[in-house]
Amino acid sequence: MNTILITIVSLCAIGIVSAVILYIVAQKFNVEEDPRIDTVEGLLPGANCGGCGYPGCRGLAEAIVKANDMEGLLCPVGGTAGMQKIAAALGREVSEAAPKIAVVRCNGSCDNRPRINRYDGAPSCAVEHALYAGETACIYGCLGCGDCVEACVFDAIHMDETTGLPVVNDKCVACGACVKACPRSIIELRNRGPKERRIFVACVNKEKGGTARKACSVACIGCSKCAKACTFEAISIENNLAYIDFTKCRLCRKCVGVCPTGAIQEINFPARKITPEIQETENTPAVAAEAKETVKPAALTAETAVTGTLVPTAVTVVKEVVVTEEVVTVEEEIVTVEEEIVTVEDVSAGEKAEEPEMTEEREVVEETIPEEEKKEVPRKVDLATDEEIDFKI
Amino acid sequence: MLKTFKIGGVHPPENKWTADGKIEVLPVPEEVVIPLGQHIGAPATPVVQKGDHVKAGQLIGEAAGFVSAAVHSSVSGTVTAVEERPDAGGIPRPVVVIKVEGDEWMEGINRSERAEHNITASKEEILKAIGAAGIVGMGGAAFPTRVKLSPPPGNTAELLIINGVECEPYLTADHRIMLERAEDIVVGTMILMKALGVKKAVIGIENNKPDAIGKLQGIATKVLGVEICPLKVKYPQGGEKQLIKAVTGKTVPSCGLPIAVGAVVQNVGTALAVYEAVMKRKPLVERIVTVTGTSVKKPGNFLCRIGTPISRLIEAAGGLPADSAKVICGGPMMGRAMANLDAPVTKGTSGILILSEKEALRKPESNCIRCSKCVSVCPMGLEPYLLMDLSRFQLPERLETEKVMDCIECGSCSFTCPSHRPLLDYIRLGKGRTGVMIRNRKK
Repeated sequence: MNTILITIVSLCAIGIVSAVILYIVAQKFNVEEDPRIDTVEGLLPGANCGGCGYPGCRGLAEAIVKANDMEGLLCPVGGTAGMQKIAAALGREVSEAAPKIAVVRCNGSCDNRPRINRYDGAPSCAVEHALYAGETACIYGCLGCGDCVEACVFDAIHMDETTGLPVVNDKCVACGACVKACPRSIIELRNRGPKERRIFVACVNKEKGGTARKACSVACIGCSKCAKACTFEAISIENNLAYIDFTKCRLCRKCVGVCPTGAIQEINFPARKITPEIQETENTPAVAAEAKETVKPAALTAETAVTGTLVPTAVTVVKEVVVTEEVVTVEEEIVTVEEEIVTVEDVSAGEKAEEPEMTEEREVVEETIPEEEKKEVPRKVDLATDEEIDFKI
Repeated sequence: MLKTFKIGGVHPPENKWTADGKIEVLPVPEEVVIPLGQHIGAPATPVVQKGDHVKAGQLIGEAAGFVSAAVHSSVSGTVTAVEERPDAGGIPRPVVVIKVEGDEWMEGINRSERAEHNITASKEEILKAIGAAGIVGMGGAAFPTRVKLSPPPGNTAELLIINGVECEPYLTADHRIMLERAEDIVVGTMILMKALGVKKAVIGIENNKPDAIGKLQGIATKVLGVEICPLKVKYPQGGEKQLIKAVTGKTVPSCGLPIAVGAVVQNVGTALAVYEAVMKRKPLVERIVTVTGTSVKKPGNFLCRIGTPISRLIEAAGGLPADSAKVICGGPMMGRAMANLDAPVTKGTSGILILSEKEALRKPESNCIRCSKCVSVCPMGLEPYLLMDLSRFQLPERLETEKVMDCIECGSCSFTCPSHRPLLDYIRLGKGRTGVMIRNRKK
């Protein structure tokens, strides 16, 4: 009996002593944490991508709670909607941040940038970059080993088999992982732009014009024609390289037309209207040989029909216009057809006979092309045609 | 029992076919391209301009800072450009281009064949002459010799080791100078001993060069304090730390310099250059380059001026064979494949190796089978498989604790890997990133 009592008493004593020690320790090493951090963390997507610049979602949550306003704090995955929720939870106001997307500033595909040697080392851009100048004569361009693809956790960037260059798709949340992974700093985060329309210089070559052009046919040669053409002072030339400031750019596309090498890319813009005269010149063998991509005959007739009926007045105005190089994709033609179809009916009732056939063409083509396969292709159009385009931003 | 280093090492096929080929003097080319950054450290500052007339041996680039080296014109002629030109890797580097006119040398340079054995210069004069001649380590790393001969305060050198190992397969440049310039090398060694204030020097030579060992032993017996140490053949014995271990049995501490165990290592080529700089007032303007390969018609060892295009060396060796797939600047283990054959010979170019498609191309990489061969061959006792993964996942802190900075980039791990994994490529990348992290932390 005595043994049992001693056991119970001693156990209780140990328990009490331990509890006191634990209490003192808990008081001594107590970490004060704002309960709002957990709330904010719960509202964040939990991808832990680091796109905000903080180590994981908790890092951003701590920063948001610590800061007095939401200035400069953005979760690229959750976007403005997500930030608004957080701001509401904290009783703050959030300013609209323009959504961004990663942009690959290199157009040096195998056709544009010939290979001068072959790399057979470790399949990593970082390793190749540390070793030497790369497979082509351009020491600034894409190495094509796909470090950016490996870095992307959103499945938003893939290598194009034919061009050997990475292509960003709509899944991009602008977390910036690919920007950090690229050893040549080719990828940049730019505003997605209205209707996903963007214009940027697809080149980072800082060599002088001659050297750059020798290495790659679509390199920026720093001629500053685009800077002169720009009416919004959005283009700056530094180290023989043009840069378009996306905060100033108004997407007028004047720079695209004047670029002698086609280094400036426009994305998701509707096709430029082409007059029948231009169409004729394009069909001549000499120009056809220059064209980079063959145009599908069926689609071509569709566009000829539309443009032919649409702008009869423009024909007289732009007689001097000569299209030297014209790259047309099937996808862009669809856009044209869709947008202008209503006006076709308005303008000329006499040519309506061609319309049903044309619509059929469009539907067929549209079905065969899935959304992901729509490619961004550089367009080169003479400046004069630019004046004729009336698109809304 | 011959001496060698304890841990790791591999035995690649030697293929030293040019060991019997006497050093041929390559004619001076029409134009030389002399890079201003041929050494480790800051590139030299050019002191000539376009249109200047220069003589062979004239200073064209001043050392820019403590860890840097002077650069001299290797020919006489007119400077046609001071610009950037692509190096062997295709990356533009500052160079001085000189159009050759005649072969006029600077006054005061003794170009006679007569050997000079009387070392009259004092320690300070020797160091000054070495610095002025722009001498760098001729083994390949091209570290400025003057810096190596000035031990940091608190350290004293006790032993000079002359590196005549030449453990890289194919290369025979050092072997040939040990046979043809043995006396000069021994005098150069004595000069280096005086500069360091040491009483003892050891010339380490691998046992696959018995003729060189015999020749140098014959001369060294007449000189007090110079010894020849034959070594067992094993790659990478030519590595500084491995050579110290083999010769003295001492281990250089992790991240430490050889001076920590009282040793200074210099290449035989460097000893020869020191001899010429101090005794003949001749700056470092030429070097011996081995040009070799399975299909090369006339492989050999060529004495050429610094700045000679490598394509000229290949021409001298019978031209580029039709089956060539890769031209490597340096040896097969540590050399780098060239992207530009017009790149010039620099102070650190020890060999040009031309490999055929079959020899050169890498085999497809497969998964690590955890055989630990890379661990057992690593001469630094590292774990290459782990370092590669840590480098891939970009963990510089972990890499630092795993001693990545001790890696000597010898390539034994990649050579031995049965899965053909590019271990060294990634380790080198991780080493670079870790180095940047450490430097940033010090700031």
